Amino acid sequence: MPEKTMRDAINEALHQAMEQDDSVFVIGEDVAGCNGSAGDVGSVGGVFGVTSGIYHRWPDRCIDTPISESAIVGAAAGAALVGMRPVAEIMFADFIGVCMDQIVNQMAKFRYMFGGKSRCPAVIRFSAGGGFSAAGQHSQAMYQVMTSFPGLKVVVPSNAYDAKGLMLSAIQDDDPVLFFEPKILYQETAEVPDEMYTIPFGQANFVREGDDVTVVAFGQMVPKAAAVIDALAEEGISCDLIDPRTTSPLDENAILESVEATGRLVIVDEAPPRCGLTADIAGLAADKAFRSLKAPIKQVCAPHSPTPFSPELEAAYLPDAEKITAAIKATLA
Amino acid sequence: MSIPKETLLNAYRSMKTIREFEERVNAEIMNGQIPGFTHLYTGQEANAVGVCAHLDESDTIISTHRGHGHCIAKGADVSGMMKELFGSSEGLCKGKGGSMHVADIDKGILGANGIVAGGPPISVGSALAAKIRKNGKVAVSFSGDGSVNQGTCFEAMNMAVVLQVPAIFVIENNYYSEHTSINYAVGCDDLKARTEAFGFPVFVADGADFFAVYEAAGKAIAHARAGNGPAGIFAEQGRYHGHFVGDPQAYRAAGELEDLRENHCPLKNFRKRMAETGELSAAELDAIDAEVLAEIDQSVKDAKAAARPTAEQVTEDVYIQYTATA
Repeated sequence: MPEKTMRDAINEALHQAMEQDDSVFVIGEDVAGCNGSAGDVGSVGGVFGVTSGIYHRWPDRCIDTPISESAIVGAAAGAALVGMRPVAEIMFADFIGVCMDQIVNQMAKFRYMFGGKSRCPAVIRFSAGGGFSAAGQHSQAMYQVMTSFPGLKVVVPSNAYDAKGLMLSAIQDDDPVLFFEPKILYQETAEVPDEMYTIPFGQANFVREGDDVTVVAFGQMVPKAAAVIDALAEEGISCDLIDPRTTSPLDENAILESVEATGRLVIVDEAPPRCGLTADIAGLAADKAFRSLKAPIKQVCAPHSPTPFSPELEAAYLPDAEKITAAIKATLA
Repeated sequence: MSIPKETLLNAYRSMKTIREFEERVNAEIMNGQIPGFTHLYTGQEANAVGVCAHLDESDTIISTHRGHGHCIAKGADVSGMMKELFGSSEGLCKGKGGSMHVADIDKGILGANGIVAGGPPISVGSALAAKIRKNGKVAVSFSGDGSVNQGTCFEAMNMAVVLQVPAIFVIENNYYSEHTSINYAVGCDDLKARTEAFGFPVFVADGADFFAVYEAAGKAIAHARAGNGPAGIFAEQGRYHGHFVGDPQAYRAAGELEDLRENHCPLKNFRKRMAETGELSAAELDAIDAEVLAEIDQSVKDAKAAARPTAEQVTEDVYIQYTATA
């Protein structure tokens, strides 16, 4: 099977969806690029190259916009309400700060407030997460915030294979979907089939299987946790590693069944702790699997601080192998 | 300009329906029968009706918190709307939206909207869909003089020009953003010129005059439908009620409301014009008045008798399909 980067896997999903369905279009800042300039229109393909090549095949369905995030999300929402399947790009998840209303008050609530009589099959893509020394306004995860809004589905892929299948599911989904691409993983490769395939939402992936500890991780923390678990296996510690892949819907059963079997739970996410996914899942386990627990639940996440700029500071900020290892061992102490 | 008799009859019926709907809603709120926050459109009827007279069902509109008039003008079921305002599960939106979220997608009504200037970006999306599909449809967003000071409105207007989509921006100046005059809240002296500076034509009409709005809207919509990009309609007309029902209206000058009702009434103006031209008789208009009153009265009776929602409906219709395991 061919190896592809996460960037190419998502790009391939977009191409295949647009080939199959002419109601699919992409819209955002520089998704084509160079419009109105001396340069070659379409040669940018998004600042991370995820929409590369689309303009040259479908110029009418690759819509460059001004820097107007509210209008981008609103345009996607409005087009979806009248039957299109837009895939909008918001360059960085942090920019949710300037289009929050269109996401949470508009697209998330249409169907409910309109009495179930509308559908809004829009996908909004974001690059997300830290690791680039991009500081406080270009590094946030944000998916943990958006998970709390009913009406939205929230996807966080951790590898190229999942990213393609989840993107094709997102485009086919009739509800609004927020798709957070951990940008530190764009260049990471995996085996990705050439043909189209989908991965259902709300179905976690068991990345590793073990008996001693349940580890739940999101996005870029999944490969980090996998490396830790592989190292601990040599010490005779075996862990389940669960990647929920979608935070809304969340595969609660997968987590609870694993916790009931292992009795120990570590949750790893790159976002700050308050009202985040680690606390959410700790609460779930405390509520529904308390009697199975043999040790306190451990949460590994960023501190309650903005993402810092300096590489040394960011390295100290993000969860790393050392912190994940310490948390797993603490549950076994 | 000659307007077909059928259009005139429909326009008068639509304006009268809005007027009686709003006045009855006001009374029912005072009686404690309608919950929540409600914003009435009374006085501005000609704007909604003059614009929507040019639209068919698959053209879209998106409205505002003051949205009943736009929805009625675009063909929303009045009985379903009244049930919605009363919070019934038989309402147009099953009691999930209420006054500020009346919508009917099948009729091209993308919703009233509780967020000021929430609508224009969404309308640009509907217009973009029309452009991609090359189907000749247009997308209309209604904005007040308050809405046009929001960044989302600026973004939508600029993007509509950049993308050359058939978006119509209707700006209804009713002189007050909630409790604050445009003399304070609009920083420039000429709102029409500010709007035109985005790069599309804006056609001006007296918002108390259906015929003026109809003519301006006809030009704006023809411009957009022909593929020339967005257009605007700028209509001035005061509202007869407060920002919300119950607003003490401390901002009004002495005699202002009386002057509006007496000298700036779209219904009176319409009847006056018909008396002059003879296109419709007083008897024809009187007959419409009686039918509308009966319809509104029946809609209130039906709303009061309609089914109430039940607790298990709280979580219905959040998603089309949500596969979370629990």
